[in-house]
Amino acid sequence: MKRLLPLAATGIYAFLHLPLLVLAVFSVNSSRFTLWEGFSLRWYQAAFQDQQLIEATVNSLLIAAVATAAAAVIGTLCAHALWKKDAPIITMSLSLSLVTPEIVAGISLLALFQWIFRFLNVHLGLHTVILAHVSFCISFVVIVVLARLRTFDNSLEEAAVDLGATEWQAFRHVTLPNLMPAIVSAALLAFTISFDDYVITSMVAGVDSETLPMVLYAIARRGANPMVNAISTIIVLGLGVMILASERLKES
Amino acid sequence: MRRLRLLFLFPTASILLLLFAVPLGILLVYACMTRGAYGGTMPPFTGESWLRVLDPLYLGIVGRSFLVAGISTLICVVLGFPLALFISRSGPRKNLYLSLVMLPFWTSFLVRTYAWMFLLRDTGLINTALQSLGLIREPLPLLYNWWAVILGLVYGYLPFMVLPLFSTLERLDPALMEAAGDLGARPSQSLLRVLLPLSAPGIRAGAILVFIPCLGAYLTPDLLGGGRTILIGTLIQNQFSNSRDWPFGSAISLALMALVMVMLWIQVRRKGEPLL
Repeated sequence: MKRLLPLAATGIYAFLHLPLLVLAVFSVNSSRFTLWEGFSLRWYQAAFQDQQLIEATVNSLLIAAVATAAAAVIGTLCAHALWKKDAPIITMSLSLSLVTPEIVAGISLLALFQWIFRFLNVHLGLHTVILAHVSFCISFVVIVVLARLRTFDNSLEEAAVDLGATEWQAFRHVTLPNLMPAIVSAALLAFTISFDDYVITSMVAGVDSETLPMVLYAIARRGANPMVNAISTIIVLGLGVMILASERLKES
Repeated sequence: MRRLRLLFLFPTASILLLLFAVPLGILLVYACMTRGAYGGTMPPFTGESWLRVLDPLYLGIVGRSFLVAGISTLICVVLGFPLALFISRSGPRKNLYLSLVMLPFWTSFLVRTYAWMFLLRDTGLINTALQSLGLIREPLPLLYNWWAVILGLVYGYLPFMVLPLFSTLERLDPALMEAAGDLGARPSQSLLRVLLPLSAPGIRAGAILVFIPCLGAYLTPDLLGGGRTILIGTLIQNQFSNSRDWPFGSAISLALMALVMVMLWIQVRRKGEPLL
């Protein structure tokens, strides 16, 4: 088993990485077809000149950043409260919202927004996408942070309170600093989920709030397009750098 | 102390109420109404949409969705377990190896799905390579079938299995396996009778995280299955786009929610532990 395990792991890693690696290699292929012709950056050039792609990327980053920040704060507070004492209704609802199929969440949110818009002169747009993303990111943050809190010693906060700190001060100066790695890792998870999301987003997005996944979906459905290889490679590299930075942050 | 706790819970509670409970309530009302000519719903209240959910045609789609999600989850366990075990035993390289699982996961789900389209389609890499090697003449029909959908689901959700499994395995004392060996267990025995039972919580958590998105999957069957693979998610989406039957779409959505809730309930009750 000692020899078999690394072998199996290598195979699974190949399964996980080869498809993306192949995509990256063919993103610098000058040919439009799947045959290697020669090195060329023409597809990157095409992607960077595509106004629709740029706008969609800005939208996606903005949505993910705002939704992640909000979900990280709200989720951390909730996790801390649940750690002190369970609130069965909240826990149940969070679990349920976590396991709600995306298509159902998307359609129910669309139904809600359209119902509200009967009374208010508002339309679907970035704000509805951000609200939707916050709602589905919170459970992920709570899970990660709560799991970490459960490994904590409650007596630390109690000691701080005994020594004269208020509940808030104990949370702010004792628990929160120790919790930071978990919060960051939760936020990164939330960011990826938000940045990735297509199903819910496409339901609640307006005409002016197209996201990167929505544009990629449209291109992918139309058929082969080497420009997508180039965009994919940029995404993999960009987010890869982010992960490495976050790992560094966690270790320090 | 009590006041601070309530203050901490308030934002989450209001979001859950307004963006989760109320929307599902609206679907419940819609499911009991009549379809409008151009989408939307109309007043006469009826149970018609609920009866249509029980139509054998639609029950068949539900059954097929369960089968596809089940197979995908099973493959994720089979692939995820050795990988999580390997990572949990790799000492100082743990973080690196975990990052290597997360790296594809960080990529847009669409990119990963597109990567398989790029590999599997008739003019894709695999067919082109096999043809230029002279192994095949006609391209193999690799894309637009059930196995392509399952492959896409496994590829997409494998990290959801590896992460909880890893955190369970990491917490296990390696001495337990050594003790099993010292007491005469063969490696396969200590794997099946010590390691596997102890990692059950991680497998369960991972299986739920994988099974649910697979069951309601919409994107993967759409892109990798072509038009030939209708699952619950596709059926729901159709009611709100092409078919313009919001009441029926709402009824299927809630039926799917009910299935998910039953699974969650069984899981919580069997172990007596909450999901969070």
